[in-house]
Amino acid sequence: MKDKLKSIMDRAISEIASSDDMEKLNAIKVNILGKKGELTDILKGMKDVAAEERPKVGQMVNETRAAIEEKLNEKLEEMKKKLREEQMKAETIDVTLPGKKSELGHKHPNTIALEELLRIFTGLGYEVVDGPEVEKDYYNFEALNIPANHPAKDEQDTFYVTNDIVLRTQTSSVQVHVMEKQKPPYKIISPGRVFRADEVDATHSPSFHQVEGLVIDKNVTFADLKGTLAEFARRMFGPDTKVKFRPHHFPFTEPSAEMDVSCFKCGGKGCRFCKGEGWIEILGCGMVHPHVLEMRGIDPDEYVGFAFGVGLERITLLKYEIDDMRLLYENDVRFLKQF
Amino acid sequence: MNTPLSWIKAYVPELDCTVQEYCDAMTLSGTKVEGATCFDADLDKIIVAKIVKIDKHPDADKLVVCQVQINEEGDTIQIVTGAKNVFEGAIVPAVLDGGKVAGGHDGSVTAGGIKIKKGKLRGVESNGMMCSIEELGQTRDNYPDAPEDGIFIFNDLPQYKGIKLGDDAIEVFGLHDANIEYEVTSNRVDCFGIIGIAREAAATFRKPFVPPVVKETGNNEKASDYISVEVKATDLCSRYIARVVKNIKIAPSPEWMQRRLAACGIRPINNIVDITNYVMEEYGQPMHAYDLDTIEGKKIVVDRAKDGDTFVTLDGQERKLDAGVLMINDGAKAVGIAGIMGGENSKITDDVKTMLFEAACFDGTNIRLSGRRIGLRSDAAGKFEKGLDPNTTMEAMNRACQLIEELGAGEVVGGCVDVYPNPKKPWVVPFSLEKCNKLLGTNVGMDEVREYFKRLELDLNEAGDAVTVPTWRQDVLRNADLAEEIARFFGYDKIPTTLPSGEATMGGYPFEKRVENVALDAAVAHSYCESMTYSFESPKVFDKLLYAKDAPERVAIKISNPLGEDFSVMRTVPVNGMLTSLATNYNRRNKDVKLFEMAKVYLSDSEKPVELPDERVKMVLGCIGEGDFFTMKGTLEEILIAEGMKGLVTYENKGNIPFLHPGRQAVVTYGNKEIGYLGEVHPDVADAYGIGEKAYLGVLDMKLICEFANFDYKYEGIAKFPAMSRDISMVMKKEITAGQIEEIIRKRGGKLLESYNLFDIYEGVQIRPGYKSMAYTVTFRDKEKTLEDKTVNEIMDKILKSLEEIGVELRK
Repeated sequence: MKDKLKSIMDRAISEIASSDDMEKLNAIKVNILGKKGELTDILKGMKDVAAEERPKVGQMVNETRAAIEEKLNEKLEEMKKKLREEQMKAETIDVTLPGKKSELGHKHPNTIALEELLRIFTGLGYEVVDGPEVEKDYYNFEALNIPANHPAKDEQDTFYVTNDIVLRTQTSSVQVHVMEKQKPPYKIISPGRVFRADEVDATHSPSFHQVEGLVIDKNVTFADLKGTLAEFARRMFGPDTKVKFRPHHFPFTEPSAEMDVSCFKCGGKGCRFCKGEGWIEILGCGMVHPHVLEMRGIDPDEYVGFAFGVGLERITLLKYEIDDMRLLYENDVRFLKQF
Repeated sequence: MNTPLSWIKAYVPELDCTVQEYCDAMTLSGTKVEGATCFDADLDKIIVAKIVKIDKHPDADKLVVCQVQINEEGDTIQIVTGAKNVFEGAIVPAVLDGGKVAGGHDGSVTAGGIKIKKGKLRGVESNGMMCSIEELGQTRDNYPDAPEDGIFIFNDLPQYKGIKLGDDAIEVFGLHDANIEYEVTSNRVDCFGIIGIAREAAATFRKPFVPPVVKETGNNEKASDYISVEVKATDLCSRYIARVVKNIKIAPSPEWMQRRLAACGIRPINNIVDITNYVMEEYGQPMHAYDLDTIEGKKIVVDRAKDGDTFVTLDGQERKLDAGVLMINDGAKAVGIAGIMGGENSKITDDVKTMLFEAACFDGTNIRLSGRRIGLRSDAAGKFEKGLDPNTTMEAMNRACQLIEELGAGEVVGGCVDVYPNPKKPWVVPFSLEKCNKLLGTNVGMDEVREYFKRLELDLNEAGDAVTVPTWRQDVLRNADLAEEIARFFGYDKIPTTLPSGEATMGGYPFEKRVENVALDAAVAHSYCESMTYSFESPKVFDKLLYAKDAPERVAIKISNPLGEDFSVMRTVPVNGMLTSLATNYNRRNKDVKLFEMAKVYLSDSEKPVELPDERVKMVLGCIGEGDFFTMKGTLEEILIAEGMKGLVTYENKGNIPFLHPGRQAVVTYGNKEIGYLGEVHPDVADAYGIGEKAYLGVLDMKLICEFANFDYKYEGIAKFPAMSRDISMVMKKEITAGQIEEIIRKRGGKLLESYNLFDIYEGVQIRPGYKSMAYTVTFRDKEKTLEDKTVNEIMDKILKSLEEIGVELRK
């Protein structure tokens, strides 16, 4: 009996070792361990074994069975691993083949620049407001301290609809609406389209965008204006951006200034981009003219404020190094997809 | 405004700075310098030299060999020249080896200059070059003593008396100078004259300001014996001064005057014209000279013209006048258009004997408007338009007469006729330094302010609470204006930088902007690129878009003064820009183009409205190439979902959009409002725009979207009980729409209906002509319990019954 078991065991081990696929292994399992397998047969023949021998023989059979099962499982694992490896190998792909994508669209560069600008000012606590583009002459001029026949009115090359209605030449008109609708303090930013009778060329367009800012409160100073716009410039054009304020004249601010930023291409050394100046003019600003406040019934001795107006296209063209303004209105997708 | 720096320095003699320093400092104190041209930028190593000996060139007939003495010590160099006007003893400008000249003797200018090196000319050594005025970058206009062709010769010219050999010739010619171009703002009328800019320069550099000293002029006669003046239109002429000059000797003006005028871009003509121009540059005050012998009745009358009058100006042009134009008349006729241009009938000729000199102060607005109506702009009008100070008028007049005497141009008659009924007086502005400091965020002291104001001739009183403003500073009217003066001279750059200290505010976007941004992001996620087009367009657009002659869309706001018809009406329909952009891309062979624009339209009941129009943003989507009606519809639906519009959206072909294919267009309805439309572009419209393939448009009215958009989401729970689906397959007439079928499914499906989905639509061989088949999966779910077959069957029976009622056959 012992020899018989040993022979089964040896045969099984050799067969397991030599089998090279799952089917053969299964066959071995069935032939030896299955219901009609050799080991089962031995157990079935127990009735012929002497009663005192039976436990011993039983134990021997079980040990043999366990040993064979262990070998079988070992081989099975080994085989599975090999199969997986083969599968992996077969499934290897060329990772440099092109990706499959659902193509995203693109925002207009003007929108991207505007979003960045609005993000900065809303972060500083400014509320975005809107105003009409077709505007009463009064809001565009007189309420901004530009009376009828003022030379500044001529300078702006206004498009007229009627004597009283114009296409607004500046977003500053929104200041007046804001002051009319609510009481100070204000902290607003207002982007929008403006119109001036300029012929279309690389740097001019009869329609462009401005962004107006207005802050009115009890203790606002010119220093606050400087600080706010310097912060804006750093966030918009990079932390090393320097600003320069130059005196200027706008009828609706006093004192008035223009702000230059250090050229973000050359850092201020002077290059083709900034025409050798090292500085680029970005915006006009100033302290709200007391008469503008008075006209809205706001006491200039109590409230003061500052305002600024940024030409959005100017920033877009500079920031993205676009050399012709007409590209912004052509809408060639080869242009739009670059942003 | 263009001015040589030397002219400024004449009135600020202690001004000592480089051109760059000058430009920077002036810009920072408020007189913006637009640009500077240094006359000596391309000149180097040019000295005064003397030709001591001339020999023939051994190998060239046209050249001579000169020995040129280059200093008083007697050192000489050899220079070969082809110039014909050289002679032994000639004193000339000569550029030495390694020096630079600005251009060629033909007047051509070389950028960066021309370097002069020693070398051999036809085998003979030459160590420099003798210069013509053109080679120095100048012309005979400003150096009239230069020969027409040849080397400049200093000999016998009185203005160069005393120069020494070896002297810097650039200095001798006054070319260590620069032309400065200023951008003067409209509030600073005083700075349209050199005196004004010089005053600013003196204040900026803290140097003494020394304006020209104007002396009393004139003989013992009285101007009033020659002329009388009556101003009838006192509202348009605040001051009129007349003086008389007799025994006029017309001659060229001296070189220094010519040179200064030329630098300002004014061509010298003769002493009288040059003096008026010179004074206009200095004081910003235009003047006019009449031939007194042409003035009838010894009389000047300033009055408005009459409608329909005509007048010939001194340029020989006949001008049409109206009652708004101010005229200068004599006793019988008009002799000039006030402030704009004199008349041909009274102009100065070379044989003028006696001259009437006019300096006046006319109303700027009137001059500007008159000039525009007449269609005539002149330098003088350009000055008057800005609104001059009538007190400067007298100074300018006296300065001009002084120059006439100094230049010997004539004999000035004593006295003047001055009509100045309401003299403008300096005004007092209350001043508070505390308020200025509070406005600026500074802490400038009173002594400092007193210093700034003194330099600007702003008279601050002892108490420091009031400033008397000189009349030329019409821009200084209140404390804020004085704060600006302090800021300018304290330095904008020295004002601290702080952030506003008020209460913290919540910044943010209005709801409308958020709704727009959501739509914008959704479009971008669906491969659409954002475009931008003009708000104004041609009225012909309505024809292009096939609108009926009486379509309300044609009522578009009309611009009175457009840049051209193509930009003359404000759009009422948002698609023209989109179609134009699609065409641009089509023509450039860009494939599969998807564009969208947030386009404002301007809706009004009249071309010339009284009230402001309804401005509303329309989102327009357009595509060519890949995609069809249903991809456009899908994109619109996704946008609506992004806006939180979860209710029922319906589509109906009303056939009412003229620029869309009549069989392929739909109005989009939500909550009983037409929120937009979409469709295939009408082939005739596509042709008109030059789009050679199918194009699709979708439009959403963002104002209406804002009414429905809702970002206040609420969690509804995920279904716990299983759903039950039924497929129905139907045959029906082609005319029956999916919308009709779906409406029945919705109505009959009741509360348990979860969804329905069209999974097949077919027309063809297996279906009889005029019919189509459609198949839907209808899904039901009860949120409370597992559905039973019986319940679903009952609902399906209702649905099927209703479908059969509209003629739908069920395929079993």
